[in-house]
Amino acid sequence: MSSVVTSAPTLLFLRRLFRRKLVLLAAVILVIAFALALLAPWLSPFDPASMRMARRLRPPGEVNWFGTDELGRDVFSRVIWGARASLGIGLAVVVISISIGAALGLVAGYFKRADAVIMRLVDALMSLPDILLAIFLVAVLGASAGNVVLALAIVYTPRVVRVIRASTLVVRELPFVEAARALGVSIWRILFVHVLLNVASPLLVQATFIFAYAVLAEAGLSFLGAGVPPETPTWGTMIASGQQYAEDAFWVVGFPGVAIVLVALSLQIVGDGLRDMLDPKLRKAL
Amino acid sequence: MLAHIGRRLAGLLLVLFLVAALVFFLTRLAPGDPAALMLGDQATPEDVARLREAYGLDKPLLLQFVLWLKECATGNLGQSIFLQQPVTQALLQRAEPTFFLAMFSLAIAAAIGIPAGIASAVWRGRPIDQAVSGLAMLAANIPSFWLGLIFIQLFAVRFGWFPVAGYGAPDASFFERLQHLFLPSAVLGVVNSALITRFTRASMLDVLDADFVRTARAKGISELRVVLRHAFGNALVPIITVLGLTLALLIGGAIVTETVFGLPGVGNLVVSAVLRRDYPVIQGALLAVAAIYALINLAIDVIYTLVDPRVRQ
Amino acid sequence: MTAPLLAIEDLAVSFRTEEGEVTPVRGVSLQISENETVAVVGESGSGKSVTSFATMGLLPRPAGRVSQGRILFRRRSGDTIDLATAPRATMQALRGAEIAMIFQEPMTSLNPVLTVGEQIAEAVRLHLGYDRRKAWAHAVEMLGLVEIPDAARRASDYPHHMSGGMRQRVMIALALSCRPALLIADEPTTALDVTIQAQVLTLLDRLRRELGMGVLFITHNLGVVAEIADRVTVMYAGEVVESAPVRDLFNAPRHPYTRALLECMPSRAIQDASGRRVVRSIPGQVSRVERGCAFAPRCADATPACSVEAPMLESDAGRQTRCLRWRELA
Repeated sequence: MSSVVTSAPTLLFLRRLFRRKLVLLAAVILVIAFALALLAPWLSPFDPASMRMARRLRPPGEVNWFGTDELGRDVFSRVIWGARASLGIGLAVVVISISIGAALGLVAGYFKRADAVIMRLVDALMSLPDILLAIFLVAVLGASAGNVVLALAIVYTPRVVRVIRASTLVVRELPFVEAARALGVSIWRILFVHVLLNVASPLLVQATFIFAYAVLAEAGLSFLGAGVPPETPTWGTMIASGQQYAEDAFWVVGFPGVAIVLVALSLQIVGDGLRDMLDPKLRKAL
Repeated sequence: MLAHIGRRLAGLLLVLFLVAALVFFLTRLAPGDPAALMLGDQATPEDVARLREAYGLDKPLLLQFVLWLKECATGNLGQSIFLQQPVTQALLQRAEPTFFLAMFSLAIAAAIGIPAGIASAVWRGRPIDQAVSGLAMLAANIPSFWLGLIFIQLFAVRFGWFPVAGYGAPDASFFERLQHLFLPSAVLGVVNSALITRFTRASMLDVLDADFVRTARAKGISELRVVLRHAFGNALVPIITVLGLTLALLIGGAIVTETVFGLPGVGNLVVSAVLRRDYPVIQGALLAVAAIYALINLAIDVIYTLVDPRVRQ
Repeated sequence: MTAPLLAIEDLAVSFRTEEGEVTPVRGVSLQISENETVAVVGESGSGKSVTSFATMGLLPRPAGRVSQGRILFRRRSGDTIDLATAPRATMQALRGAEIAMIFQEPMTSLNPVLTVGEQIAEAVRLHLGYDRRKAWAHAVEMLGLVEIPDAARRASDYPHHMSGGMRQRVMIALALSCRPALLIADEPTTALDVTIQAQVLTLLDRLRRELGMGVLFITHNLGVVAEIADRVTVMYAGEVVESAPVRDLFNAPRHPYTRALLECMPSRAIQDASGRRVVRSIPGQVSRVERGCAFAPRCADATPACSVEAPMLESDAGRQTRCLRWRELA
């Protein structure tokens, strides 16, 4: 007698497919966003900086797909160019904070003496709200795209340190690391080959989250006027300069805002999807 | 218990000291002499030198730090360059809107996040769970200033239900203040409800599978009581943690939100100080916020022990 | 003979899983009368716990359901109802009041943030309608009944103040606080030390006699069965393979699986060549079979026919056996 009735668990299957599809959709959105950013010089129908006062605050239409802003600039072109700046800054922040954070986290997790120093510093940096620390750093360093990257990298590095340190503490006790140590493999090789490969998946997941945070934070900083200089089109500066006109011309702030939400949300969904795939134990906590 | 709090306090002081050092030395690295900044473009080198001496800026950096730290310890965070008033006074004057904003936002975030998280966990995998998880993720990824602009356009400009910006006249009634605080609190509350939702859901899921919940069901008590008294009672500790965490996040969020809504709070003060390079105000505000942050964390720790009988003794 | 207190008839329980529907329990029948202890024995995965959860109406929703059969229970009012189809509200009113359950894990089965007195009083207030003070007094009385010293003071303790044996006493007090007619005990002593185990068993047996309850005792330990049960039902891979009065089962097991189980008991352990007592285990593991007898893959007495034809549960002289060859093997 067969005990397993092979009826199709349709609902569950659809739900899974939906989950996967959502991640897929998010990934597609990200690819498109990156493509637009990369190809902005060729794709944008207008020069993002060219002002035409005769065409101020035109609503979205055939010529200007996303309308024009308070200086007659084409919002669509500026959103694409803004993607270049916003995604570029986000990516740079991710690369810097992940590489420095991973290195510090490995060292902190492996060497007890370095741990105390590094973690106190991490505690200190994390005892300030992200955005407050960021605007302070930008204020000190000076407002420029490069300094926004630096400031946000400093803000997000401690998160990476914490995650990597925690994973390193676990991995260092695993048999194969002990075996490598017994075989006389150098500590640095153990750290960067054996341990790093094993903490790669939490690192990857962190990277997508930090990317999302960085895109949101850059917009926030630029909005406050403590970020990228207003003449550079980023999604944040566009909202900042368009906000006075929001009442009559919401498209000026609407489109860059939607762009931010789409990109941040997609990054978050992809990050969650990665975590589900890489660590099924965490799935429940999603 | 007391020893534990003592240890935490010591750690807290160390962190505060590090923040102070960070803030002080980074500020001094900044381009531009504070004295020259204070006097403006017209100042002669002699004027600048005189001011440097008056403010002790000619002393060695380390000595300046120690002197500043001593002043900070007595509650004197220095003198604002632009506001013609002590930093401590400037902060205290602007504390009220920020305090109310943070409290109302926390209340709104909790009022959204906790029930949503519970429902999501109880009906896990069902449409309501999917909807809640999706909305929470959306809320977490909307820039608060943009949501603020939308809320202003919709509820203040279009419908006229709330004032567009500001905090009302200086002698405004509390009710008027409430009106001014509602939209900014709603924005911050919505954006920050996501974390609470996720946390509540996760900790409820943990508890709902627990043996004692099964025992409660075996007693024949209603499912509502099982969920609210037995499961939620045990999920409370992590949820309190996340409430504290959210309160800390709200302080950061207030900086942006206050600017959007023109609320004369600490966040607004910090932003204008940054734009004018009013370093004493920036330093003081950062130190004050770090202290509040640390105190919130300490408070969470203490509340823990009050809620959880396993830790209480 | 009056109708039994509980009569499970041809029960099947199914779960919806990601792989499809599985039926971990099928064709299970058993009866329990007042003042009788029926033990259900089997390895983990044999379906004994699922049977008890189905009886309590506590199958995980919405995945699990009774897909076949009836669970007839004679209520205190004299009506007999089918627990498999009873409305939720009815089941809720029955649970804790007329049917109670104690669980395997005393360490985790009590709510850590409520005092043990509160946890007992909660059920009492609900089912007996007592006010707060009376319910608390009743809780203290119950704690005394399960021989917890200084009960009035211990009632205000939290579970983490108590040892495992103590907590299981609290669980028993909680289960019995509303004088249920039927108690389901799911491996109540498995997690306890041997000495504590004996104390708890003696206590349960005493309370069963005093309250005249029917007890469904789930265990994998035949030593416990010998001590406490009147009748025994042996389950294997979701089916009842043998059911008999305890003495008959121990003296003359009919099913090869029962026999194998008995041979594994330490008290009957055979001696090896050097004279040491060894504990044997049944080789192989529980597996689902497509056809034939579920135990055939592990059975020492299996013939080719056993893998082809599924045996029926045959009744004979007050016992039941599901084996093609039991007559020739006896």
